[in-house]
Amino acid sequence: MSGHRRGLRPLALVLALGGTLLLLCLLSLMFGSRDIPPGQVFSTLLGDAPDARVDDIVWAARVPRTLLALATGAALGLSGALMQALTRNPLADPGILGVSAGASFAIVLAASVLGITSPSTSIWFAFAGALLATVAVYLLGGSGRAGMTPVKLALAGVAMTGLLSSLTSAMVLTHPEALNRFRFWSAGSLAGDSGDTLGQVLPFLVFGTVFALLCTPSLNSLALGDDMAAALGRRVGLVRLAGVAAITLLTGTAVSLIGPVVFLGLAVPHIARVCAQRAGIGPDHRWLLPLSAVLAPCLLLIADIAGRLVARPIEVQAGVLVAFIGGPFFIALVRRHRFAEV
Amino acid sequence: MTGTETAPRHEKVSARHTFRLTRPAVSGVVRVRQLVVCGTLAVAAFLAFCWTMSVGEITIPFADVLRAVAGSGDSGTLLVVQEFRMPRALVGVLVGAAFGLSGAILQTMTRNPLASPDMIGITQGAGTAVVAGTVLGWGSGLGTQTLGILGALATALLIQALSWRRGSTGYRIILIGVGVSWICTSATDFLLARGRELEAQAALGWLFGNLNGRTWDQVQTLAWAMVVLVPVALLLSRWSRTLQLGDEVATALGTPVQPARVALLLTAVGLVAFGTAAGGPIAFVALAAPQIAQRLTRSAWPPLVASALTGALIVVLSDLAAREVLPDTELPVGVVTGVLGAPFLLWLLIRVNRAGSGG
Repeated sequence: MSGHRRGLRPLALVLALGGTLLLLCLLSLMFGSRDIPPGQVFSTLLGDAPDARVDDIVWAARVPRTLLALATGAALGLSGALMQALTRNPLADPGILGVSAGASFAIVLAASVLGITSPSTSIWFAFAGALLATVAVYLLGGSGRAGMTPVKLALAGVAMTGLLSSLTSAMVLTHPEALNRFRFWSAGSLAGDSGDTLGQVLPFLVFGTVFALLCTPSLNSLALGDDMAAALGRRVGLVRLAGVAAITLLTGTAVSLIGPVVFLGLAVPHIARVCAQRAGIGPDHRWLLPLSAVLAPCLLLIADIAGRLVARPIEVQAGVLVAFIGGPFFIALVRRHRFAEV
Repeated sequence: MTGTETAPRHEKVSARHTFRLTRPAVSGVVRVRQLVVCGTLAVAAFLAFCWTMSVGEITIPFADVLRAVAGSGDSGTLLVVQEFRMPRALVGVLVGAAFGLSGAILQTMTRNPLASPDMIGITQGAGTAVVAGTVLGWGSGLGTQTLGILGALATALLIQALSWRRGSTGYRIILIGVGVSWICTSATDFLLARGRELEAQAALGWLFGNLNGRTWDQVQTLAWAMVVLVPVALLLSRWSRTLQLGDEVATALGTPVQPARVALLLTAVGLVAFGTAAGGPIAFVALAAPQIAQRLTRSAWPPLVASALTGALIVVLSDLAAREVLPDTELPVGVVTGVLGAPFLLWLLIRVNRAGSGG
């Protein structure tokens, strides 16, 4: 293969993925309990709605929902790729630092002890819970003379997740009202947000993305091992801190908005790795992170659209369908390709 | 993840003594620390086993429990201990041991401390089968125990079949297991949401892991399974240790890599299947017990016997706490295992760090 053609293939990949994402956004605006033809969607978006009902459906329900899927999907994909790079473990999902367990615990605690069940308030509890849990895991994983190693970080996260999810189940079992709020949130739904909450938490997503981009250049050397990365002049501790901050902000926000849809964060980086391999890029994190950030919203949108269509008029939550659709796809990928180990 | 990372970085090899006998011609290594830790764990597990039988609606003195276990004492105490409390306590011990052992096998085989039956979908498969049986009424004549075993075995075969492509690798087994596990979890969630409330609740109670109302029948099934599977696991441990060094090294050392992997996977799955059938999918034990045991014995891989004993200890103590902590309600044991096991694992991580012997 000539160098020239290899230079074109990544570009083609990016264009194809971008096109797919745009197409999915259009489909997400079109389908629902009432289908709107694409022509009407376009005219509504341009400010010329055929009637008030269509205008209302598109602007008040479907646009916020699509934006939510885009933002949270990108956040989960990005933090998943980052997580696997930092822990050097293919099994690490963004929830492994205790993010989703912390969020669940805080939501259930707010519902059972303080009686807070309104989604717009409990989101902040979820966010605080996610933040606290991750900070605790980071401190526990990094304590001691040997400093932080990927294995210790992952194990501390798993232990914290076990602890918090046990406490969550105990509270859910003894407080029925907490169970209801928890069930609704944990199924992972994109419906019911008018866009206000997304606007409020957007700064966190932006900061998280900035942190992620800051440590991206160092991830390739970090993949060679901590000692090697240090020898190459990378400040390993600093990179890891920025990475963990990014993961916390991104996953914490996404999880508190749409529930623990962490499978996305686990599967998408693997899919991105296969795509990159096919495009001749190889496991270069400067490509893997953006690829994951585009692929994850694609998968989330597909799951969400399918959830609106499969059991009309009832909606199946996107969180359930992400695994149903993504799982077999993921397995097929694993079977077909020789995976480069992380 | 590479094998070198799971091993402690700072070489602080535990005290061991080699011995060589001329008649019979036997030689070997005695790892003193492992023996001491195993002994302590065994004693602790036995004490916990007796303690859990002495506490309850009527408290039976410790000495009487010991006598009743041996088969003597007055008829009332014998009835309570042997008929009501012993099956539950025994199921706890056996389930914990089975989970700890299977976690140790999987973690060694896949060279990944995060690999455990609840991570690669075997537990979830059992859960889906049982929930489908309860909610949809499929094969409900079989009972939860058989359904759980069938579900776990079917999932394991599925994972093995899907990851088989001119042989399998530990890496592929893990990734495919994760995919399967998420599909099963979604199916379970979906079934629970669709099912009627009463059935959903019954299924949910099982999903948390519960040792309530165990009978001697369940003890017997599990015990027979363990009698077969534990020796197999111990015999296979030589292979799992070479597999930990990577496929190439294992082949060079004379390990038949593919058959070894299938045999190890089947043994681990068998242990989980029977354990789950008897006690439900008790969370966290299979993952944490091997890691705790590895740090207690300071060995480079999860030690099998110590993992089994740690698992048994965690489950029995958790069951005791689940019964006694809240005055009126009895929590499922699976809720408590995390609360008890996680802080201990965290403490070990910190303490081992402070000692400077790495992760």
